Amino acid sequence: MSQVDGIGGQPAILVEGLTKSFGDVRALRGIDLSVPRGTVLGVLGPNGAGKTTAVRILTTLLLPDEGRALVEGYDVVRQAAAVRRSIGLAGQSAAIQEELTGRENLEIVGRLYHLSWPQARSRATELLEQFGLTDAADRAAKNYSGGMQRRLDLAASLVGQPKVLFLDEPTTGLDPRSRLGMWDIIRSLAADGTTLLLTTQYLDEADELADEIVVIDHGLVIAAGTAEELKGRVGGDVVEFTVPDRGRIGDAVTAVAKIMEGSGEAGGEPIADAETGVVSIRVGSRGSDALVETVRALDAAGLETRGLAMRRPSLDDVFLALTGHAAEEEEPGGRRRGRRGGKRGKDMERTAS
Amino acid sequence: MTAVAERAGAPGAPAAPGLPARFRWAVSDTLTITRRNLIVWMRVPAYIVFTVIQPVMFVLMFRYVFGGAIPVNVPGGYVNFLMPGILGQTAAFASFGTAISLAMELKKGVIDRLRSMPMARSAVLAGRLVADTGRMTVTIVIVLAVGYAVGFRFTNGVGPAILMVLLSIVFGVAICCISAFTGLAIGDEESVQAFGLIWLFPVTFLSSAFVPISTMPGWLQAFANNQPVTYVIDTMRALALGGPVEANLWKSVAWLAGIFIVFMPLAVRAYRRAS
Repeated sequence: MSQVDGIGGQPAILVEGLTKSFGDVRALRGIDLSVPRGTVLGVLGPNGAGKTTAVRILTTLLLPDEGRALVEGYDVVRQAAAVRRSIGLAGQSAAIQEELTGRENLEIVGRLYHLSWPQARSRATELLEQFGLTDAADRAAKNYSGGMQRRLDLAASLVGQPKVLFLDEPTTGLDPRSRLGMWDIIRSLAADGTTLLLTTQYLDEADELADEIVVIDHGLVIAAGTAEELKGRVGGDVVEFTVPDRGRIGDAVTAVAKIMEGSGEAGGEPIADAETGVVSIRVGSRGSDALVETVRALDAAGLETRGLAMRRPSLDDVFLALTGHAAEEEEPGGRRRGRRGGKRGKDMERTAS
Repeated sequence: MTAVAERAGAPGAPAAPGLPARFRWAVSDTLTITRRNLIVWMRVPAYIVFTVIQPVMFVLMFRYVFGGAIPVNVPGGYVNFLMPGILGQTAAFASFGTAISLAMELKKGVIDRLRSMPMARSAVLAGRLVADTGRMTVTIVIVLAVGYAVGFRFTNGVGPAILMVLLSIVFGVAICCISAFTGLAIGDEESVQAFGLIWLFPVTFLSSAFVPISTMPGWLQAFANNQPVTYVIDTMRALALGGPVEANLWKSVAWLAGIFIVFMPLAVRAYRRAS
């Protein structure tokens, strides 16, 4: 029909002005997204930001209040059945039947995608192989490790060979090794040309996997761009150390404040936590130079420090820079809340649209 | 027809199948879900305990522990009075499984996965009800066999006996519809189980299932005499042992039809909105 002809140059996912409220809670306050075919979009945000709500609307599980969303050119409200034929979904928990074996789980999903029994069997075998589950194929899924269950869940979402795959926090709760394994799998799916929308709470995950990242907070897209662009806004890498003598934190801040002066970099002022003695400073792209200068500055001031290191910006740093508040809402008052609604945060909201 | 089905069967193909194919797929999807549910049921020992051992224990307890203290005016004595009641209760309690399974699937995201797939929207609920009806039928047959072993006899002929079994199954399916709704609406297996106890125990025990209503205090009789479980069990008793059937049968049919008309759409709505 006409919609089939019309989808040629359209993005795989197009979202315009999407809103959704649950009672008084405004989960989505008007988000826009556009994901070109064959690319990976990382949706980054803390718990409760609206990521899952957006995924649920895009996968036809939830109706939006306003706005529209197209997946593969099909409207998620009016053409939900066509959307379902184009997508796969792997949610935050492993949506598998634990009493069944891995093979049975995949075969039943295959049957529900209207494959014949022989087709369903061979598709299951193929996916078990691809996901390294062949040895465990005939064991009940409840005896699988967490990582294996998530891989089986992801395999189930691929039975129907979806053009667009939604992964809602695919590595949340996994141990580091399983997480890396999952990343490899996701990378190979992307390499095969599947369009991916991936939500995550981890900046490094979005950085590793996504072509484009949008940052969502309180139901709004507050920033969008590549990982590099976002990190540029955050102020690049962070040098961090602990001052064991709490009385000398002020001296430490004064000492390291100089290293970013006159560099012309979008760095930051040092931030100190009086309780833990942790001092951090954003050093832009100056990287190891800044690290060396920090060591010299601290040495010159005769300060003893521990755990001096340079790290990449975390989700917390991104949020601090973009919104003026920490990713975790429980954070008590203090320095982070103090910046809420600051000039910088507002500028970033503009960037979003 | 075949061509349509094959196109629909190609994974990821966004071609919408026609109406006859859609009906065929709805049946096929329902059977797939039924099969899955039955495999799960057979693999969990606790489910077997609940569906087989618990009802058998009820039969033996009421027959030998309480039975002697409950005077009834029925040919064949208390065991004949008891069995229709216990079959009704068994059918109603089978619905615990419906509510708990759906709540668990909802919580684990299994229902989200199924709802995001291009399968028939009706299949998850229909498959659940078909599987639970099968499970309930097995339980009823086992309970009847145990009843026969401890002295129960149908005294009204084969036809009415079969009708009695059918009525108990239809009654059980009606209660399963209520439970499907509560399971999806509450969405947490422990709360669902607690809620099931709160309403299912009173409606089955405050009925004619285990004791003659005339032995209850007057205020309780008012409730017990006018509630659907009593109508259904009195009908079953009359079918099994003889006696006037018609009045209670019509009341039962009206109540059961009412339950289906109200709770089927509610369960379907809860499934669609499940989150």
